[in-house]
Amino acid sequence: MYRSREDRIIGGIAGGIAARLGRDVTVVRIVFVLFGLVSGFGVAVYFFAWLLLPVEGSTETIGSRALSDRQGMTIVLALVPALVIMLLVGSALHANFVSSWGLPLLISAAGLVLVFRNADDEERVRLDDSVKALLQLGSEPRQSRRSFLFRLGTGLVVFVLGVFVISDGALSRSWLRPLGGTLLMIAGTVVLLGPWWLRLALDLMHERQARIRAEERADMAARVHDSVLQTLALIQRSADQPQVVAKLARAQERELRSWLFEGRAPGSFGAEGAATLSAGVEQIEREVEAAHGVAVDAVTVGDAPLDDEMRALLAAGKEATVNAAKWSGASSVSIYVEVEAKRVSMFVRDRGAGFDTDAVAEDRKGIAESIRARMQRNGGTAVVRSVPGEGTEVELSLPRHAGRA
Amino acid sequence: MNATRVPRVFLVDDHHLFRAGVRSELGDAVEVVGEADEVPAAIELISERLPDVVLLDVHMPGGGGKAVIEAIKPIHPEVTFLALSVSDAPEDVIAVIRAGARGYVTKTISGPELIDAVLRVADGDAVFSPRLAGFVLDAFASMPPEFDLPGPLDPELDHLSPREREVLRLIARGYTYKEVARELTISIKTVESHVSAVLRKLQLSTRHQLTKWATERRLI
Repeated sequence: MYRSREDRIIGGIAGGIAARLGRDVTVVRIVFVLFGLVSGFGVAVYFFAWLLLPVEGSTETIGSRALSDRQGMTIVLALVPALVIMLLVGSALHANFVSSWGLPLLISAAGLVLVFRNADDEERVRLDDSVKALLQLGSEPRQSRRSFLFRLGTGLVVFVLGVFVISDGALSRSWLRPLGGTLLMIAGTVVLLGPWWLRLALDLMHERQARIRAEERADMAARVHDSVLQTLALIQRSADQPQVVAKLARAQERELRSWLFEGRAPGSFGAEGAATLSAGVEQIEREVEAAHGVAVDAVTVGDAPLDDEMRALLAAGKEATVNAAKWSGASSVSIYVEVEAKRVSMFVRDRGAGFDTDAVAEDRKGIAESIRARMQRNGGTAVVRSVPGEGTEVELSLPRHAGRA
Repeated sequence: MNATRVPRVFLVDDHHLFRAGVRSELGDAVEVVGEADEVPAAIELISERLPDVVLLDVHMPGGGGKAVIEAIKPIHPEVTFLALSVSDAPEDVIAVIRAGARGYVTKTISGPELIDAVLRVADGDAVFSPRLAGFVLDAFASMPPEFDLPGPLDPELDHLSPREREVLRLIARGYTYKEVARELTISIKTVESHVSAVLRKLQLSTRHQLTKWATERRLI
């Protein structure tokens, strides 16, 4: 269980729970808000989760860092007397809601202090931004000061009214009390925090769009590398054979045209009616043999229909095969693809020159971009094993999700 | 086979050029005692010359390699067969193995590898090309429970052990026996015995009826 990076408004906890349970994140959020409004312990639970769950892709929790944060712990301990005072005042005034809300609120405050002090840089920047947005609510240029004060006033009045309706038994119908009070409190909160929330949601959307654009760009770079850059390298190597150069250039031109004007990505799989993984592997076999004059022996065990992730696997596998054909000097390349219930693996192996995997030049994007990053973008992994003088094996692995078979 | 002499090899293939190619690739490592380009001639010449190893094309007019093996095996069990083919449907290749061939290699195999395969078969070992290993993994893949087996399942014959599966997987990935042995830190002899065990299962298991099923419905 982890905190989600994708579905995150505050700490990403609802997103993480939703991912774990396979539910919609909105449902989890609503449950949290209701739970929080009804008892206040919902908020406390949220902060506990924030401290105890690691963020997606990391193993360290904020809580583990907080344990060594002495100053933070001191602040938290200082809250205990405040709690005692609050409980005393609450019972003295017979205001039950003070005592029932006091404990969870103070736990939440303590959690907030620890989270704020010990979150990692990325998360702190996000928290800072949201706090700033909250503080700047009144100074937004398109909003006059008067309307802000009006909103603040209305929101507070409605919220406090809600609190009184819940805590005070002035209403004749008792079932109206929790319901009406809660509704009034929600309304007050919305009036108070609505604009802030809206802005957070907008930011979140922009952030997501930017990330999608960056991924698209990386995908495009990988495609250009696979087709154009590979062809240019081939042309350089056959510079003394004009016919070969012309043939390569023509083929590349055709491919680029069909990509730019017909939207068919170069080397795309499934374009010729091949809709299964094994057909895609055969396509690699054919194309690499034709373009590089190297025997490709492909063995496929099991099969699966093509989807975008499988296409990415094939594209990465083709890149590995082309690399082997071009650089290894071996006369044949072996491909092995196995489809299992839970994952698909692809092995590309040659018995050629091999290379030092640590000494690959920075500008050689082949392995880093076209293979490794492409697999990672699709939730898979790529491992390259190479021994100079003995050959290279590239292992690609892609998890399959249940229910997609 | 007697270790002091080179194995005597017989070629059966309907393509003249291919037989000539194999002959020159085998060179002096083996003694080619004859060749045939059709099933009846092959059966007659093999029973007459009794070679150690018959290199056999899977696809030939008149019943293919399977017919040759089925005719020779009962009367001369000491003759071993190695199937050699361009690229065939899994059910044809497995049919030849079940008829009694000790292995299957593709025609793209290099000269030294082919010689190695012939020597292995002559020694009584099994030879699995990556493709055959893939076919076998497919045929022994897990089946849905609703599939009705003809006859009772023999756990001894109808399942590959995890180790056998591992060995087959590495062979399918293009590893030689030597490389498989190094990868799994076992001896080459152990690899050979695993492969022979798989070959035996392939020849005796009732699962062969599933091969057709497996190829028709390869979507897992």
